[in-house]
Amino acid sequence: MATKVVMEALSPTMEEGRLVKWLKNEGDKIASGETLAEVETDKAVMELVARGEGVLRKRLLGEGATAPVGQLVAVIAAPDENIDALLGGASAPPAAEAKPAEDVVAKTQESAGASSAPRSAAQAQGEAAAPPQQKVPAFRMGTAAPKGQAPPSPAPATEQARDGGNGEGRARTSPLARRLARESGLDLQGVRGTGPGGRIIKRDIEAAIASGSGAQAAAGAPAAAPTRDGDFTDIALTQMRKTIARRLSESIGPIPTFYLTAEFDMERVAEMRAAMVAMGDEFKVSVNDIVMKAVATALALHPEVNAHWLGDRIRQFNRVHLGMAVAVEDGLITPVVFDADRKRMSEISREARELAKRARERRLKPDEYMGATFSVSNLGMFGIEHFTAIINPPETGILAIGAVEQNPVVVDGAIVPRQRMRVTMSCDHRVVDGATGARFLQTLRRMLENPLMLVF
Amino acid sequence: MPTITYRDALNHALREEMQRDDRVFLMGEEVGVYQGAYKVSKGMLQEFGEMRVVDTPITELGFAGVGVGAAMVGLRPIIEFMTWNFALLALDQVVNSAAKMLYMSGGQYPMAMVFRGPNGAALQLSAQHSQAWESWLAHIPGLKVVAPGTPYDAKGLLKSAIRDDNPVIVLEGEMLYNTKGDVPDSEEVLVPLGKAEVKREGSDVSLITWGKMVLVAQQAAEQLAKENISAEIVDLRTLRPMDVEAIAASVSKTNRAVVVEEGWAVAGVGAHVADFVQRECFDDLDAPVLRVHQEDVPMPYAKNLERAAKPDAKKTVAAAKKVLYLDT
Repeated sequence: MATKVVMEALSPTMEEGRLVKWLKNEGDKIASGETLAEVETDKAVMELVARGEGVLRKRLLGEGATAPVGQLVAVIAAPDENIDALLGGASAPPAAEAKPAEDVVAKTQESAGASSAPRSAAQAQGEAAAPPQQKVPAFRMGTAAPKGQAPPSPAPATEQARDGGNGEGRARTSPLARRLARESGLDLQGVRGTGPGGRIIKRDIEAAIASGSGAQAAAGAPAAAPTRDGDFTDIALTQMRKTIARRLSESIGPIPTFYLTAEFDMERVAEMRAAMVAMGDEFKVSVNDIVMKAVATALALHPEVNAHWLGDRIRQFNRVHLGMAVAVEDGLITPVVFDADRKRMSEISREARELAKRARERRLKPDEYMGATFSVSNLGMFGIEHFTAIINPPETGILAIGAVEQNPVVVDGAIVPRQRMRVTMSCDHRVVDGATGARFLQTLRRMLENPLMLVF
Repeated sequence: MPTITYRDALNHALREEMQRDDRVFLMGEEVGVYQGAYKVSKGMLQEFGEMRVVDTPITELGFAGVGVGAAMVGLRPIIEFMTWNFALLALDQVVNSAAKMLYMSGGQYPMAMVFRGPNGAALQLSAQHSQAWESWLAHIPGLKVVAPGTPYDAKGLLKSAIRDDNPVIVLEGEMLYNTKGDVPDSEEVLVPLGKAEVKREGSDVSLITWGKMVLVAQQAAEQLAKENISAEIVDLRTLRPMDVEAIAASVSKTNRAVVVEEGWAVAGVGAHVADFVQRECFDDLDAPVLRVHQEDVPMPYAKNLERAAKPDAKKTVAAAKKVLYLDT
């Protein structure tokens, strides 16, 4: 049976992909799971893998060209199978190949309802008429776009992306997986099913949630046993918590954020760092590394802020996966130091440096920038004394770290110059109350003002 | 707590209830002088005399009918079938008389009686004597059907069946009579009809079963545990009325169900369980409900083929892995 290869949503927010390089030629024998091409998403360069086996009969997208998610980019079939029906209008493919990226996108978006896309009109119509639950791109993790404001996405394209390319018109999803996705506000479009025939099952949803979104649970997802607790604790919402969540959201928008600012004395951190630097280059760590270590250690002691808001419950994590905002040439990305609380400072330092480097090269894999339980953003190196950062949902907090500066402070009645640093924690009030956040900052202060606490 | 056999648990239940209520009597083939084909009624002729422990000719339809008549005049008969395979001959009395009498007489005729005997396959008894009949019996409104899998449940369910004012079918098992289990003798053992029991707590998959297959499910759960899979065993114990709340509670916890039954698949009790689960637990399911059952053939006589035809732990483990998507 022929398999349609479509541009897949390789990141949760991806709407189109640029085909960087074909790794297979027309006529090549293809096994299911083999990499067909490299595709650049909005975040990184990813692999497009075959969802069926046979021969790569037709490539429909040229290298360097862009296609919206869901667009047919190739056909895999038996060597002698008639694939004309799949190719639709025979003239379309070369056109798509030649067209600059913007044209293709624009055309498909225009055609959202009218289906003038270079595919079978009947098919697109049929898909557009799919049951309503198939067309809910409104929920999307990681983009905080409120319902109804989701970017317009061409229905036929969406449908195709969902069926994983096997042309049956809809993603097969277990009822439980569908319910879990709905409850956690997860868009199934980015989730890859690992059940039979690509069925999306519970473990795929859990993997997607754990990693911050879909796109992730690839075919090779661990065949490990189902849910095991231990990584997190789900906390049912009390009536009071529900009321707080509802009332404060009404007041301030989708994420009722408030801010807690504290100024820490960094004298001892500076001393410690100076002492380490003096020992040699191999012991050199940045202030940011020390702050990350301290934040991770403090988070381990405060699971109440190391949490996700899942709509109907709060998920407190027993592990600390610390996201760190990294500025890249044309935006920013938040790679994750996993299990940061259990890593030594040297490991955090090395990993942070490596992740930042690869982020700037746009070589991060989704599992390297998804799954944070809490994030930090440091603009100290730009001389910013104080700022506020925006929460990356479903996380419920982010710590904005300012520059370490010499400031006059009163110590024992005398004004003395001290190394000071201001941090501001943005808190999702649905999860974190003022006092909760304050207690976390208190612990963080203790860690940074007495950095020996970090080895305690 | 004393450990006794399933056989003795039934014997104790019969004797306790006959001591408690002199309207209760036992009737069937070989129950008296021979002390029971499977010795369930051992010592009872001596204890209660031949008016209350009645040997019958080999006439299942006849003595089932005598039982129905006795129940209509207010006695509480227990009819023993040497096996349920032989009870086919008596089905007219069970289905058309016992099950309908309260309904068709508007409650004027009482019908407090028990039909009991071993159900399903033993070893190499071949096609005609190795059949599990619960789907035939549970199909009938007016009957209650129980299938105890342990000595405790055998005692508790049989006693409750004898005390119940409706006709109750008790499905025992030849292969169960020698199994042992803890049954307290210091207290009254009564298991309510229509109440399932979670025989083993688990979180990954629900094995829903009853009767002899409880043992199969337990073996399967042990094997699964070695692979770090936590199976929950829901022993229905009563098939009609069925404790669907217990099924829903378990499936909503594990999101996966495997029904293990002794009989054939077509129109089996497991099909009814699967029907309930898909209807009431739809949004909790992460996989289709699977069933483990006898292969769709008359039971072979040859030992190897018989083994291959029966549902067993291996097939149950395979089904559990399949609903967990661990089969590839």
